[in-house]
Amino acid sequence: MAKISIENLRHSYISEPSRDEDYVLKKLSIDWQDGGAYALLGPSGCGKTTLLNIISGLLVPSDGTIKFDGKDVTRASPEERNIAQVFQFPVIYDTMTVYDNLAFPLRNRGLAESKIDPRVKEIAAMLDLTATLHNRASGLTADGKQKISLGRGLVRSDVSAIMFDEPLTVIDPHLKWQLRSKLKELHQRTKRTMIYVTHDQTEALTFADQVVLMNNGEIVQQGTPVELFEKPHHTFVGHFIGSPGMNILPCEVKGGKAFFAGQIVDAENTKQVTSSHSKLEIGVRPEFVTFAKNGIEADVVKVSDAGRFRIVETHADGSSIKLLVPENESVPTGKVKLAFDKSHTQIYANDWLVGQAR
Amino acid sequence: MSLELKNLTKRDGANTLIYDTSLLFEPRSFNVLLGTTLAGKTTLMQLIAGIQKPTSGQIFFRGADATKTSVQKRNVSMVYQQFINYPNYNVYDNIASPLRVAGMDSKEIERRVGMAAELLRLGPMLKRKPSELSGGQQQRTAIARALVKDSDLILLDEPLANLDYKLREELRDELPKIFADRDAIVVYATTEPSEALLFGGNTATMHEGRITQFGPTSTSYRRPQDLITAQVFSEPPMNTAKIEKRGSDIHIFDNKKWPVGAAGKNLRDGHYTIGIRPHNIAPFKNGKTIGSFRASVIVTEISGSESVIHAQVNGQTWISQSHGIHAMPIGSNTELFVDLDQSLFFDEKGRLVS
Repeated sequence: MAKISIENLRHSYISEPSRDEDYVLKKLSIDWQDGGAYALLGPSGCGKTTLLNIISGLLVPSDGTIKFDGKDVTRASPEERNIAQVFQFPVIYDTMTVYDNLAFPLRNRGLAESKIDPRVKEIAAMLDLTATLHNRASGLTADGKQKISLGRGLVRSDVSAIMFDEPLTVIDPHLKWQLRSKLKELHQRTKRTMIYVTHDQTEALTFADQVVLMNNGEIVQQGTPVELFEKPHHTFVGHFIGSPGMNILPCEVKGGKAFFAGQIVDAENTKQVTSSHSKLEIGVRPEFVTFAKNGIEADVVKVSDAGRFRIVETHADGSSIKLLVPENESVPTGKVKLAFDKSHTQIYANDWLVGQAR
Repeated sequence: MSLELKNLTKRDGANTLIYDTSLLFEPRSFNVLLGTTLAGKTTLMQLIAGIQKPTSGQIFFRGADATKTSVQKRNVSMVYQQFINYPNYNVYDNIASPLRVAGMDSKEIERRVGMAAELLRLGPMLKRKPSELSGGQQQRTAIARALVKDSDLILLDEPLANLDYKLREELRDELPKIFADRDAIVVYATTEPSEALLFGGNTATMHEGRITQFGPTSTSYRRPQDLITAQVFSEPPMNTAKIEKRGSDIHIFDNKKWPVGAAGKNLRDGHYTIGIRPHNIAPFKNGKTIGSFRASVIVTEISGSESVIHAQVNGQTWISQSHGIHAMPIGSNTELFVDLDQSLFFDEKGRLVS
């Protein structure tokens, strides 16, 4: 296991990049501690797969260095880096038994059978595969096969890190819950460094202790799931994390007070707004908006059932404001008034959180 | 347009893929087929489209028997999970292709392609080839092609499954609006309960080749007529346990006693299976009629605003999904509280009784 440091990394697929747009990764630095659970999150095309390939050694970056435990591995081969990978689709040998599949990475390294056996049994027990150990892998369902892939990633105790590239994409929702919690449990039991790459915010937030959110080749914010949820540094973070994402409303600040549609809105960071800030916006998540006696006037336009809560969409002065209402509470129709929770209402200037050092 | 399936079955050798199925889809309705992979959703859609022939039973379009009508004559559009576009055509020609096949004049084609492209925000991309588009744009092109002709029936087989999470959220919001003004029946297959709920309309839950319930989505979710439907329509999975109801109490987990709650108060004394959704269990008291139990924490998953606690009691894993951040170490013993007014009761045959 290793601490992974990425310093001033840039990458371009063009041979002589000149402009900023030529780079798919634009100068990023990350420090991942030994034994942590990390997620690399972002939409398609944000550069996360390129970054993954650079970490695993399939690609050499245009600029910057990668260090494992302080040792420069920027040009080291994938074998030298010793990283286990689990992919979107199960990579297993159908003709082998579950046992032989799990033992394969160890036999490949010439480990003695006496050492392999307890290790395989330990991993099988963790993944609830003990009963099927001597069955052929070909007869298993998609999630059963993906469990073996996870097991093969976990079986070696000498790897620097385990990387998961969208490992649950092909799994049905109800089994996703099982496998995801299994993975989290395995992380807490084994304390391996795990890096989980995904476009799915729910998977990233529930799996990782630290999430790196990327967009357009840049890191937009790194932090705990709670930090990303409660204090998005950029409107993109507000939009991308949370379902539905954060409400973003045009705003004006006059005489130390923030206004939306001519009405005062109390925000946490109003005092930090200065005259140098432009394109001011208010950000508030649907979770922190409620119906109230006094507040922003709006019209209810749509109510969607999400099971344990409903998503209510309202329109106010040309902007859409969504809020969540628990299953057992009633939803008013027509004209309503909305209140924002001040401690979770923030002002953004040019998309960045006002008062937040970058 | 109305669509009726009467005693439809499909067998493949010794395997039964679709058991005796009868369904009536109302004109202009949005219908979700909800079930896991291999539940039979795709087979049922292919039978409706005419791509596969049923082993027995009939299909009626507008009251007329269409069982033997070929797929070309059924006036059906279909969108698949793996988006299919013509790689050598640009977006415009891809969308226009079914109209050209039908021999429509070019002015009308232009008008229709323009409308479909606007609805699906493909306007600026009409001259591009599929290879120059993102996955979401390619799938929107495939959906536009399904929309452009006046199909009586639009079949969508997990069309959003391969798309990014946020894009899925956006299209989920837009799709019902797009179909709202059309005189067509829409059937939409998905594995995700949350997707069925957000679409509203009607839902047919499917399990191992059988439709277990068909009706308004909210009813199937809140009043599932059997345990299988409840499980198909619960995410995270529903917690269940054998209980005995005696007087005003429920006896659960060997020697635990809970008050019966509003849901079970008219229930005859006896043995039942109780079903409790994860969001009705929390590490704090919530609700009017509460039962509690202690469990050993397997793992807690924390998103930005919610905690999902997986914990073991009596050798079975229970899932709690609650508001707030509740981090708990593995192996710790925690007390969980159940809101019993929201529980469901099933009899020995798995039928909902209360």
